[in-house]
Amino acid sequence: MNETLVYAVISLSAIGVISAIILYFVAQKFKVIEDPRIDIVADLLPSANCGGCGLAGCRAFAEEVVRTEDLSKINCPVSGNEAMKQIAAAMGLEAQEKDPLIAVVRCSGNRTNAPQKVVYDSAAACSFAHALSAGESGCPNGCLGLGDCVVSCKFDAIWIDELTGLAVVSDELCVACGTCVTACPRSIIELRLKGKKDRRIFVSCVNTERGGPARKNCQVACIGCGKCVKECPYDAITLENNLAYIDFAKCRLCRKCTPVCPTGSILETNFPVRREKSDETEKVSETSEA
Amino acid sequence: MKTFKLGGVHPEENKLSAGAAIEILPVPGQVSIPVSQSLGAPSKVVVEKGASIRAGQLLAKGTAFISSNVHSSVSGKVLRIDEVTDTSGYKRPAVVIEVNGDDWEEGIDRSPEIVPEIRLSREEIIQKINEMGIVGLGGATFPSHVKLMVPEGMKAEHLLINGVECEPYLTSDHRLMLERGREILIGITILMKGLNVNKAWIGIERNKPDAISQMDNLCKEFPGIQVIPLHVKYPQGGEKQLIRAVLGREVPSGKLPIEVGCVVNNVGTALAVYEAVQKNKPLVDRVVTITGKSLKKPSNLLVRIGTPVSNLIDFAGGLPDDTGKVINGGPMMGKALSSIEVPVTKGTSGIVIIPEKESRRVPVIHCIRCARCITACPMGLEPVLLAQLSENQMFEEAEKERILDCMECGSCHFTCPAGRPLLDYLRLGKNKVGVIIRNRGKK
Repeated sequence: MNETLVYAVISLSAIGVISAIILYFVAQKFKVIEDPRIDIVADLLPSANCGGCGLAGCRAFAEEVVRTEDLSKINCPVSGNEAMKQIAAAMGLEAQEKDPLIAVVRCSGNRTNAPQKVVYDSAAACSFAHALSAGESGCPNGCLGLGDCVVSCKFDAIWIDELTGLAVVSDELCVACGTCVTACPRSIIELRLKGKKDRRIFVSCVNTERGGPARKNCQVACIGCGKCVKECPYDAITLENNLAYIDFAKCRLCRKCTPVCPTGSILETNFPVRREKSDETEKVSETSEA
Repeated sequence: MKTFKLGGVHPEENKLSAGAAIEILPVPGQVSIPVSQSLGAPSKVVVEKGASIRAGQLLAKGTAFISSNVHSSVSGKVLRIDEVTDTSGYKRPAVVIEVNGDDWEEGIDRSPEIVPEIRLSREEIIQKINEMGIVGLGGATFPSHVKLMVPEGMKAEHLLINGVECEPYLTSDHRLMLERGREILIGITILMKGLNVNKAWIGIERNKPDAISQMDNLCKEFPGIQVIPLHVKYPQGGEKQLIRAVLGREVPSGKLPIEVGCVVNNVGTALAVYEAVQKNKPLVDRVVTITGKSLKKPSNLLVRIGTPVSNLIDFAGGLPDDTGKVINGGPMMGKALSSIEVPVTKGTSGIVIIPEKESRRVPVIHCIRCARCITACPMGLEPVLLAQLSENQMFEEAEKERILDCMECGSCHFTCPAGRPLLDYLRLGKNKVGVIIRNRGKK
């Protein structure tokens, strides 16, 4: 009986030693040499894996940073300039300052402006509604309010306002990763310059119909009249397919285009209230959307 | 009694207008004729704004092999060439014409006299059908001349005529068989000549006994044409189902009926072919069933293409107060209209008005894995799987699961006890897979 025990112990130990030796050599043979800098860079990233950089995730971004050693082409919109500077310092590179962007929903067709005409009762997703019908208000380009963008957002920065039925983006939470831009089947959401003090001016409409048909469905549709184009002193506004577009790189936020718009489709956000010429006493206070 | 084997459902028939003879709807004051009214490439407008035109004049010319001509259904002046809302609410190009009198192009024989002998040769028949803009009037609007041009290496053996009308409510084909039977049979003979076949079968469901006996009697005068009574089962009017039911042949997945030597045409198409070839009349009007449970006068109307749907509703006694949905087509496959001002097109087989009570969809709950949709699917697909793939945007997998075989009959949606909008998911999936395949072709 003792003998059996001894044999068992010896054979097991022998197997153990042999396996250990094999494993050692296998490990040597298939050793993965990874740049330790990848881990350093990855630690500085937000680990949200949002894909805002255009790569598969944060790890892929870190690998790309180490591989190219050039920060001018890739940028993590979520970390912002501070983190990019830290990454650059860790890598011994120069970081490029990028002005922060934000997602902007270019539709103001809420329930008063663009009243509901038909009822959509199929699957509650914009991609479906877009393929099946023009939408409840009849505007073929307007926000459907079924929340494909909400589902896509990893930062809880966008939601559907119950009252207006439109998507709303949070100034604080949005990191401009751009997933909602691709999620929207109607390309309503655009990444625009966040602007100083979150001040932005944009045409809040993407309808390319002519003025009449567009106005039929929505009070605040851009009718392509071109008044804003004439008014703009910086040539920032272009008119194409009956739709005005403000180039945020050229726009200097002078606010001249907003009052001339006959339908009020140009929005300005986070500007102080305009001083009425007739009523000078009105106090200037902070406001949000016009 | 014959029928197809796989799947199928039995929706309530509701053929309310079966007894109503075809009436002619007065010409409206203004028509808007969509430029593209068939499957395939869009047609090109050949008239100008302000031009005065006559009924039967060419408005838009087909630009490709699979494409069809569009003719004016009225005489008058072209008001504008503009975009009008279609059934989905999106805009499509159309020619808007202000009606002035009823002046027809020369050479069009509008007398009720029946012309039995066929003078044209096979090539001339196909040419004529192409010229006159004949498309499949069953609803899919596939250009008819394409069906007659049998691809090289294949041979048509049988012509099948679809008189099934399996969609609930619709009765236009039923009425046509009763009232224009002889003309339909001449049309079938023309199609047989065009295809170079000597055997044609008319499939009719046995819920139309009067049509079966009527056509049977008339068939005695026409050699080679035979009526086949069929069991009542939806969707027997689908091409592949009809072939299975009548001839017992199975069309392979992703292939056309010609693969098994068959060509399928609707009775309405046969009539249009007769009018085009024998009477030189382009496809400018069609019979539309306007029906609904609360509608005052469910009718079958001969309507000029381009007439607003609201005109039909007014003729049938006005829109009932409890209207929930107005459906373009049958209740199984049709789509709800977003506005009743949309024009009647070549593909409009019926307008069904569903009361509010019945139009509401049941609340959607989770799939309970009962597999009823799989049992019901006449194409042997798994709608539940396809819908999930489509919902999760996995279109490549959906393609592998043969989503393109789906003919959108809606049997899955109809049987689902969880109220899941399976057909909508499948429609979207088919759409996206089609785009993926087309883009693949470009590379």
